[in-house]
Amino acid sequence: MAAVVLIPVGIVLSSFLNPATDIWQHLVETVLAGLLVNTFWLVLGVALGTLVLGVGFAWLTAVCEFPGRRMFTWALLLPLAIPSYVTAFVFISLFDFTGPVQTALRDWIGPDLFWFPKARGRFGILTVMILALYPYVYLLARNAFLTQGKRVLEAGQSLGLNQVQGFFRVALPMARPWIASGVMLALMETLADFGTVAVFNYDTFTTAIYKAWFGMFSLSAASQLASVLIVIAFVTLIVEQQSRSRQRFHDTRLSPRMERIGLSGWRGWLACTLAAAVLIAGFVLPVGQLLVWSAGVVVQDFDQRYLGFLGHSLLLSGAAALITAAIALLVAYAGRRHHDPATRVTIRIATVGYALPGAVLAVGIFIPIAWVDRWVTGVAGGALGLQPGFLIQGTVLAMLVAYVARFLAVGHSPVDSAMHRITRSVDEAAMSLGLSGLRMLQRVHLPILRGGLLTAATLVFVDVMKEMPITLMTRPFGWDTLAVRIFELTSEGEWERAALPAVALVLAGLVPIILLVRQSEKA
Amino acid sequence: MDAPSQLLELRRISHAYGERQVVKDLSFSLGKGAIGCLLGQSGCGKTTVLRCIAGFEHIGDGEIRLNGHLVSGNGSHVPPEQRRVGMVFQDYALFPHLTVASNVAFGLHGMDKAARAGRVAELLGVVGLEGAADSYPHQLSGGQQQRVALARALAPRPDLLLLDEPFSNLDVDLRERLSLEVRDILKSQNATAILVTHDQHEAFALADEVGIMQDGEIQQWDTPYNLYHKPVNRFVADFVGQGVFVEGRVLNPRQVEIELGILTGDIPHECTAGCQICGRGCRVEVLLRPDDIVHDDTSAMKAEVLNKAFRGADILYTLRLPSGARAFSLVPSHHNHALGERIGIRLEADHVVAFRKAAPGR
Repeated sequence: MAAVVLIPVGIVLSSFLNPATDIWQHLVETVLAGLLVNTFWLVLGVALGTLVLGVGFAWLTAVCEFPGRRMFTWALLLPLAIPSYVTAFVFISLFDFTGPVQTALRDWIGPDLFWFPKARGRFGILTVMILALYPYVYLLARNAFLTQGKRVLEAGQSLGLNQVQGFFRVALPMARPWIASGVMLALMETLADFGTVAVFNYDTFTTAIYKAWFGMFSLSAASQLASVLIVIAFVTLIVEQQSRSRQRFHDTRLSPRMERIGLSGWRGWLACTLAAAVLIAGFVLPVGQLLVWSAGVVVQDFDQRYLGFLGHSLLLSGAAALITAAIALLVAYAGRRHHDPATRVTIRIATVGYALPGAVLAVGIFIPIAWVDRWVTGVAGGALGLQPGFLIQGTVLAMLVAYVARFLAVGHSPVDSAMHRITRSVDEAAMSLGLSGLRMLQRVHLPILRGGLLTAATLVFVDVMKEMPITLMTRPFGWDTLAVRIFELTSEGEWERAALPAVALVLAGLVPIILLVRQSEKA
Repeated sequence: MDAPSQLLELRRISHAYGERQVVKDLSFSLGKGAIGCLLGQSGCGKTTVLRCIAGFEHIGDGEIRLNGHLVSGNGSHVPPEQRRVGMVFQDYALFPHLTVASNVAFGLHGMDKAARAGRVAELLGVVGLEGAADSYPHQLSGGQQQRVALARALAPRPDLLLLDEPFSNLDVDLRERLSLEVRDILKSQNATAILVTHDQHEAFALADEVGIMQDGEIQQWDTPYNLYHKPVNRFVADFVGQGVFVEGRVLNPRQVEIELGILTGDIPHECTAGCQICGRGCRVEVLLRPDDIVHDDTSAMKAEVLNKAFRGADILYTLRLPSGARAFSLVPSHHNHALGERIGIRLEADHVVAFRKAAPGR
């Protein structure tokens, strides 16, 4: 399984060793500097923005009390349900020069809107990305604030810190590994993002890979660009893994329900207003606009073709979800049986695929598959006189391999944590009660693992639904999905018509959020 | 040796995890209906012995017989699911996806529905959890989970029940109450059981016979009374109960003189032997339990109170004897003396526990 991750990485990196010098030269001279600058500002802006929004709201909802806190606690996760490229095209349509907001402003205060930030510029894309990704930081930071309990804050107070000092000198440093983890996850998504930057026409590595491959028809240029992106992505991954290893959960069962810091008067309403503003901008506004548009185009667009896109999306997501859950199960069993370092390392490698941007994976998986095809065609043509054409290349199988490589980690963690509930003594208890082998699997293991498997399949299903670059670059001819449809419509500026497929994706995206909220309420 | 009355028999078994020998040449047997206990500090190999009996571990040498049948040894190994040996695990290992009733019913194979339900109801009654049949394990307290684990293990009427540190996850109050309760339950079901624990109160409350284990070996297998009053070596004497060793001189095979007076009783053979070799005046170490020294205001012998621990009905005094040696004395609590006070004491022991003096440096 690790091979599915290692091979693409190896292939892409090896493009350095075998450079098509002239193309590389061309890339360096023309686009590389621009890509690096664009990526730098994007990463910096997203990191700062998600940090401030995520940590701020995590603190407010975990420790403070203000009007609407209970609702905001879960509602602030909702932006996670909307693929960022959907938020992106809604924003552009609303705030662009010809959009309703600028038009209204011009009618109101005159045509001179030089101060209004360009919707398609850096400011616009950062706004969208931050609104879409801050929930990662929010979720992890909130978890940290909740588990560190109030006792440490009280200890700080007894040593003479006021509340503000307590936050900066006790709570924040303790939560740092979680916050770093959240920011790094947001950055991985940023680096992997293709749809949003494509909508904004903001060139980054992922769009450059796509253009090199499908515009210049140079797979080697695409893989060279991909290798630069891999290096950046792995740096983020390493930071993330290191901060994760420093997370120590505190046992909060003994400490009583903590008393919240009440934000009274204007401070409470300020917190409420800020949370409401983010929620409206990140969820209510985009979803509302999508619904309005959908209502307008549903009669015209809801036809056989739309059902075809939906069918493809469901079929691919379903197949990928089943395969990934099955492989996650095998991997979890392997981890349970074998405790040697080799197995551990293999599992680690097999589950870092989520750090690989889809555009990179698409290139890295396409190349070896093309080799295999050529080899098979050669053998078949030479020895048997057959003309089998392409076997795997441009088939659904190739897409599924790429999906599994990218989303195995998503499926692995719920299955693995369910597996941890089957302790050695649970097995032994079943044995001492006269059960073994397959019957033990059926009566003890599967029922315990069922919830984890279901969660894994659901999460992968939704992720594949939203996935854009892998689908776009490796799909067989005619296999358009909802995400691909959105890409095509938005690249032609047909925002209204992109709303219908987007609504389906948002609905799917709500499922994991509901799972998440329910889980956190149980805990 | 093959007495049919012995339900379980371990003959010179050994077990190693890789290079590390954790059970060495260990033997004991247990009669039907008896409750045995392996008592020792953590890491002494007691849980491994239990797992060998259950069949979770293969033994290196020796043999294990259940009802006279060989289950482990001589290259044969009956798998755990065929041994009819029940087990209660330290973490209870309840099946999280099943209700309490389904957990208890789990091991009941080949019974019709009514008989199964009857047996489950009977056992839930025995452990006092009739009302919790439809609850899930995570909804129960630790003590309740413990009882479910016990009911589940007892349900298929195993020939032998194994309990691995069954009370270690409970708080002290509950631990004492439940260990007496579990003894009653086991006796009412006429179960044969082996308990593993590091807590001697638990061992003595529950078991008929106790084996003191150290470094993979049983030091002494005996009744709780004998372990306390007739330990066979210094390790057992130190491990079980409280007490101090004071120096003594063997006068003859039935008498030892210590600074508090002369003790009369059967002197364990190794000391007698030593005495006959070196003659009158052989040095030994004599064990003094807190109940061997009584407080007597009229006694001429005085000792200084160094420390005292109030225990309700009595006070445990730590005393300095005239020679400077220390000793414990258990005194009814209305005899309340201050630290530093010199109080009268008297020796009152009807037997002697003495060992040859340990080699210097020990």
